[in-house]
Amino acid sequence: MFLYIVRRIFQTIPVMIGVTLAVFLMMHLIPGDAAKIMAGENANPEQVEQMRENLGLNDPLYEQYFRFIGNAATGDLGNSIRTSRPVTQEIFDSRFWITVQLAIIGTALAVLFGLIAGIISATRKYSFADVSLMVIALFGLSMPNFWLGIMLIYLFSVNLGWLPVAGWGTWEHMILPAITLGTAGAAIIARMTRSSMLEVLDQDYIRTAYAKGVGDKLVIYKHGLRNALIPVVTVVGLQFGSLLGGAVVTETVFAVNGLGRLIIDSIRAHDFPMVQGTILVCAVLFVVVNTIVDISYRLLNKRVDLN
Amino acid sequence: MNLTKEDKILEVKNLCTSFFTDEGEVKAVDGVDLSIEKGKTLGIVGESGSGKSITSLSILRLLQEPAGRIKEGEVIFKGEDLVKKTKKQMREIRGNNISMIFQEPMTSLNPTLTCGEQIAESIRIHQKLNKKKAWAKAVDMLKLVGIPSPEKRAKQYPFELSGGMRQRVMIAISLACNPELLIADEPTTALDVTIQAQILELIKNLQKELGTSLMIITHDLGVVAEMCDKVAVMYCGKVVEYADVKTIFTNPKHPYTIGLLNSVPKHDEDVEGDLSIIPGSVPNPFHLPEGCRFAPRCPHAKEICLTKLPHLEETFDGDKVRCWIHSEEWEKQGKAVNAHE
Amino acid sequence: MSNQALLEVKELKQYFPIKGGVFGRTVNHVKAVDDISFTVNEGETVSIVGESGCGKSTTGRAILRLDNPYSGNVLFEGEDLISLSKAQMRKKRKDLQIIFQDPYASLNPRQTVSQILEEAMEIQSVVPRKDRRKKIQELLETVGIGAHQMDRYPHEFSGGQRQRIGIARALSVNPKLIVCDEAVSALDVSIQAQVLNLLKDLQRQFKLTYLFISHDLGVVRHISDRIIVMYLGKIVEIADKKALFDDPKHPYTQALLSAIPSTNIAEKKERIILKGDVPSPIDPPVGCRFHTRCPYAFERCAVEEPKLMNVGNGGFQQVACHLMDEQAK
Repeated sequence: MFLYIVRRIFQTIPVMIGVTLAVFLMMHLIPGDAAKIMAGENANPEQVEQMRENLGLNDPLYEQYFRFIGNAATGDLGNSIRTSRPVTQEIFDSRFWITVQLAIIGTALAVLFGLIAGIISATRKYSFADVSLMVIALFGLSMPNFWLGIMLIYLFSVNLGWLPVAGWGTWEHMILPAITLGTAGAAIIARMTRSSMLEVLDQDYIRTAYAKGVGDKLVIYKHGLRNALIPVVTVVGLQFGSLLGGAVVTETVFAVNGLGRLIIDSIRAHDFPMVQGTILVCAVLFVVVNTIVDISYRLLNKRVDLN
Repeated sequence: MNLTKEDKILEVKNLCTSFFTDEGEVKAVDGVDLSIEKGKTLGIVGESGSGKSITSLSILRLLQEPAGRIKEGEVIFKGEDLVKKTKKQMREIRGNNISMIFQEPMTSLNPTLTCGEQIAESIRIHQKLNKKKAWAKAVDMLKLVGIPSPEKRAKQYPFELSGGMRQRVMIAISLACNPELLIADEPTTALDVTIQAQILELIKNLQKELGTSLMIITHDLGVVAEMCDKVAVMYCGKVVEYADVKTIFTNPKHPYTIGLLNSVPKHDEDVEGDLSIIPGSVPNPFHLPEGCRFAPRCPHAKEICLTKLPHLEETFDGDKVRCWIHSEEWEKQGKAVNAHE
Repeated sequence: MSNQALLEVKELKQYFPIKGGVFGRTVNHVKAVDDISFTVNEGETVSIVGESGCGKSTTGRAILRLDNPYSGNVLFEGEDLISLSKAQMRKKRKDLQIIFQDPYASLNPRQTVSQILEEAMEIQSVVPRKDRRKKIQELLETVGIGAHQMDRYPHEFSGGQRQRIGIARALSVNPKLIVCDEAVSALDVSIQAQVLNLLKDLQRQFKLTYLFISHDLGVVRHISDRIIVMYLGKIVEIADKKALFDDPKHPYTQALLSAIPSTNIAEKKERIILKGDVPSPIDPPVGCRFHTRCPYAFERCAVEEPKLMNVGNGGFQQVACHLMDEQAK
């Protein structure tokens, strides 16, 4: 197991190189002259040249890349053009944590409701409950994020006045964005749990459990769910990644000052170091989460660990 | 053959189990009568589709409802009809009074629980022992079924064990609460011959030691000859012959039993030329023949066989056979209808 | 049957690498088949028997190069199959066909029977297009399936019929050698007998040579001329059918034969019950591979690997066991 963890961490190295390379090249692939765009529309040639010199754009490409990596490793992602503060500070002061908070609550909601719905569906196959839950799941999957967010605001904030319209701070602020963010995940997890559970309940060892005189509930939770969860864990990990993407839209709709909004704002302001930094942080976060998921998959499914 | 009720641990009377599918009803078990004497071994043999496994699942009411259902009949275990029991009562019987071993040791054990936990589970349920005591008993059971270093093995997961070892764990689970009846559904089919020999020997010895009655479901006539006292031969949901093991192998009476015995290639006997065969194949379960189910493949079949279902009748030597050949009507019949060359 | 060798397997080894460690290096090998040699003559049926993990199926696959062997030679009509290019080997497959255990898994479910057979003929271009339909009809009749069923799909047939279709496909290219890998193991006894009879019949009719891989000694006794017994990647005994069943020499062969439950209830024999499981083929025992379970093992067995030697008086029988040496002394 230890060997596996070490190997799995080693495997993230090429991914990290790819990610940093992609983020780095972004600066060079954008149409036009990055320095010119960043210096602003009214900059004179000297200012542009100064900007180019500051950004190190006159150095050979590989040198720039290694400098970028080296700086990133020490936590230096440059300064924001918009606010002149260090990018890492902008990200980690509060925004990063807000988004992570949102993603975790969203994932938790998705897992909770997804699992419950999936189990109910699987154990009552073709019943009214099963059919309605799966129809709801289908809706949850097909609804666009922003539309769902707007509808929730309309219903709970505008009409009923139960929850705040936008912003961040108290737990009441978290509810609607988390629901918006988690719905699609819940739907996917529900469908996945259902099919995985149905497959497991058909296995020989479930019949063995019944033949031992184990009660229905225990068969479902102890013998069924534990095995059914194995494929679900993978989906949860992938969901967390797409949640980060969803955060961009959700944070905009609910005016939450997280990473998503930071990206949008920075793109608008042509704040390239900021965009670069945020994307890099998101990508690293995604890689880390997936590594954790892979490792926990191993822990759950002991069979994979055979060799 | 006159047995009092007390001598029989289990009596199955006119058991009918059907599966209801989109294409219609499959009468998987259709009027089966069987009984097992205390401490004895009954073998049920038949090919796929004969209903032998469904019979065993029906006894323990382990069918996947609502698709599979016992339509009628009684399963008398120690004087009480299991078909009439509530779900809860059945749970108390399963794994406790009657337990079961399944064919595939690979898939019949839960991959995410250790072997010890899986044995201890039924002990905890039925004997209300605490975790620690149940675990100790589980280790004892592993020792009983001949697993070396049982303490270590108890902590291992099924995938860490060989097929033979896993089947021993299955046996340990099934015998953990000292059941009066053990149903073994193809217990050695998935195993290699030398491992099969070990497992059969183990079951035999434990049966002697614990006095358990045994019901073995198998397609392997060798296993039947080795293990059983009585044999029921099944074909298409019906028992076609029911006799002592000796009678079945030395003086079989149903044409299907005879055909089956002749078509097995034997390792300890030379067969010159071709094997004798049963022509054709098992009929479609949705459209079973009207008369005797074996009639379309039977070399002796006559008019009556195609139209009227024979009863399971006792012959002169106590052998029960479902075939018109042994009836009085037979003489009155004309020529055989299946002209196979 | 002639004494002309059709297939010669020489020092065949099949090792499968095991990856491990942080960088996924090859840390060890599964020695599935470890240095075996045998000959199959034209028109005869040679069986390979043994329990799971003995390497019998691996041998069959290696001969056909379904998995390329690790080392060794496979001579077919004197030509080394291992040295052939992929394209040459594809052509050669016309002469060497295989029938698998699970007929359903080896038939494409989206093709009708006639499409399956036609495809086989097309690849090997053995039958001109215009004659194919007729040939398919003939083939199906030969294996006992009505020609009117040629446009049905595999799932519409029973297990036995599917195996007949598998046989028809193998026959469609007029092969010389057919490897039957547990070809009748999944079938019910009454159907198994039918298919065995069919295989024998076809052998007479088309002068086929069979390499028959099976775990069922009853089936093997019925169909074979010669039998190879394998244990843990090695051949422990090769003998003519009569010699092997009447007078098995290797302790493993003896145990294997005695372990089979017999339907002969009149003569109950004492059986030899082997202790334990087959050891892992990753690190097989040194010396004789069977010595860990052998009831007669002595010091030499744990040290020195026994070689196959002739022991037959008259008939053909080779055994790899140190006991033979001891008895000769």
